[in-house]
Amino acid sequence: MWLRRQGCLRPAGCGVEELRRRRREREAALRKARREQQLISKRLLRDDAPEEGEGGCVAVILGQAEIQQFLQLAQRGTEEKERGRALVSLRRGLQHPETQQTFIWLEGSMRTLVGLLTSNQALLQLEAARCLHELSHSEQSAVAEACLPATSYLLTYLSGHSSDFIELCLYTLGNLIVESEAVRRQLLPQGIVPALAACVQSPHVTVLEALGYALSQLLQAKEAPEKIIPSVLGSTLPQHMLQLLQPGPKLNFGVAVEFAWCLHYITCSQVNNALLITHGALSTLGLLLLDLAGAVQRTEDAGLELLACPVLRCLSNLLTEAAVGAVGEQMQLRDERVVAALFILLQFFLQKQPSLLPEGLWLLNNLTANSPSFCTSLLSLDLIEPLLQLLPVSNVVSVLVLTVLCNVAEKGPAYCQHLWPGPLLCSLLGTLAFSDTEVVGQSLELLQLLFLYRPEAAQAFLQQSGLQALERHEKEAQLQDRVHALQQTALHS
Amino acid sequence: MQLPPAVHARLAGGPGAAEPLPVERSPKAGAAPFRFTARQVRFPREHEFFEDGDVQRHLYLQDVLTQVAGAPERPRVPEFTCQVAGCCQVFDALEDYEHHYHTLHRNVCSFCKRAFPSGHLLDIHILEWHDSLFQILSERQNMYQCLVEGCTEKFKTSKDRKDHLVRRHLYPADFRFDKPKKNMSPATPRATVQVSAEALGAEGEQVEGDAMEVCSEPAGERHTAGRRVLFVSEYLLPSVLVKGHHEDLKAPRKEINTSDD
Repeated sequence: MWLRRQGCLRPAGCGVEELRRRRREREAALRKARREQQLISKRLLRDDAPEEGEGGCVAVILGQAEIQQFLQLAQRGTEEKERGRALVSLRRGLQHPETQQTFIWLEGSMRTLVGLLTSNQALLQLEAARCLHELSHSEQSAVAEACLPATSYLLTYLSGHSSDFIELCLYTLGNLIVESEAVRRQLLPQGIVPALAACVQSPHVTVLEALGYALSQLLQAKEAPEKIIPSVLGSTLPQHMLQLLQPGPKLNFGVAVEFAWCLHYITCSQVNNALLITHGALSTLGLLLLDLAGAVQRTEDAGLELLACPVLRCLSNLLTEAAVGAVGEQMQLRDERVVAALFILLQFFLQKQPSLLPEGLWLLNNLTANSPSFCTSLLSLDLIEPLLQLLPVSNVVSVLVLTVLCNVAEKGPAYCQHLWPGPLLCSLLGTLAFSDTEVVGQSLELLQLLFLYRPEAAQAFLQQSGLQALERHEKEAQLQDRVHALQQTALHS
Repeated sequence: MQLPPAVHARLAGGPGAAEPLPVERSPKAGAAPFRFTARQVRFPREHEFFEDGDVQRHLYLQDVLTQVAGAPERPRVPEFTCQVAGCCQVFDALEDYEHHYHTLHRNVCSFCKRAFPSGHLLDIHILEWHDSLFQILSERQNMYQCLVEGCTEKFKTSKDRKDHLVRRHLYPADFRFDKPKKNMSPATPRATVQVSAEALGAEGEQVEGDAMEVCSEPAGERHTAGRRVLFVSEYLLPSVLVKGHHEDLKAPRKEINTSDD
């Protein structure tokens, strides 16, 4: 269940270094896009099998005349196989942006394609759908928007039964959805949400993964919190999504990744998280987290963070709802194993994906902030030292680690007794040497709590040249007052 | 990062919460100039905190060449013919057959042989085209249901329904699965039409006839009123198609006796 479908992205003649370079470029482009709030990614479904002896799938630029020729042959050819081949040739051409442009500006072309999509010839339907899929993948809005006449049919076909075809329609819809608000403004009244809700009961894993993708694109839209999420929450989708995230023999990784992201887009929009909690989201996701930690222990598969990330985010955001007190006791996450699982994941992130450490620590903060029980778990499971080992990673991580430690310390003397004696003081002397103001500031907060509830620690601090460590920051505007206060406390201890 | 063995052991253990140590706060804690308060944090959608994870997610999506349908290549089988009576299609791969079957034979009207993409549309069709009671009732109440799943509106006439589909649901005015009914007796099976390229019309326009025509069938083939009937050979269908839908599917191929009207 934890095996992913392997993608075969390997352009011919590409060395490892080249691949890394391309990946860095793509990553940089994505970061830029996200900062401009234009993060769009489309999924392309392409057959791997080389077709009929032709060497590889090379995108060919087709001119107007050729496109017309292929369309005519597809429409009026005498033999179905011949007509199908014409569409295959068209599709190859449509892999190229120039052909796409020529196609959409050619009068009657889309109408013909839609006619073939809705024809009674299964093979032509499938090939026409593949052509449409290529178009939907285009990065040029005009091309994707040219596919609008087909959407009512794509939605209608979601209620069909042919799993390959439905999968194709879903990926096509997913690509179109993410393209522009204009497309979504058409799809929503056309009934995309009920269509997806009906489709989620499919037994086919490939259909479900495609559905999750399409839904995640819909939920990621800018206008989703006002215009889309309420109707999604009002449908049967939430219950089904949570069912598909339940750990067990039926859990499929690819499907779970998509629906976990769907859930993340819903929860971080803060539309009606209480509803999700009544459906058992906290306990389902908590169990999934345990399962993930177990998988990490067994396989160390580098792909697991794709699922871990949205799960952590959902839990973190949902916990803030539960704390608002709207829900009964049994719905809230209390299981100590969650803390154990989280640390196993943090260790995994440290090795494979350090950029996810802040997200894991965010969950730890939300677990411990108002929970004496979870703070106690941190102490009884001996997790303070591992936490301290994360301090050198980055400033953001340091601040979060220190915040969690503050969560523990602020609960009083019984907790601070376990914080000192111990490695904490030494680490704090270390963080006081950081240049980042926020790191130092949070260190000062922790010191105050420690000195308050464990006065002996102040003495030890003095003995370990603590005052000198503090002096360094006496002139810093944001820190001065606290530095002075601590100096006083230490001296009077 | 070293984790104590207790952690792994705890994960493998049973559910349970730690008995909390006693909490005892002093009012001096977090007092000015200090400001720490333990609190949960929320991040809204677009917060930059999510940047790294979002970028990873999209790199995954862009990993473009994913394999279709799970199997790396479609296994070829010896050529076989579709066993539905009168269908002449030949296949050498089960997936092709699956799509063919679902497109042309799955939701077929037993009266007029039209095939529909879904059971939902077929049901509506049978009701509106072949049910005489429908005609009578529709004179008194709104009987034409909206085609969009999830919409519960009903209309007096098929034209009103079409207007609704266009205005409310932004459907195309020439939506192919909403052809107005031809003027004919509801219970008469329509003569079947040979499927050919000509059916699509000289200009590539859909002919004014009906959207889905089924492959030609030999004359004299008729079906009992009101039932969707499928001819199926149990030897041929991949198991995925036989999943518990219709009891007829489990029976070997048989012909249905018909009445003569």
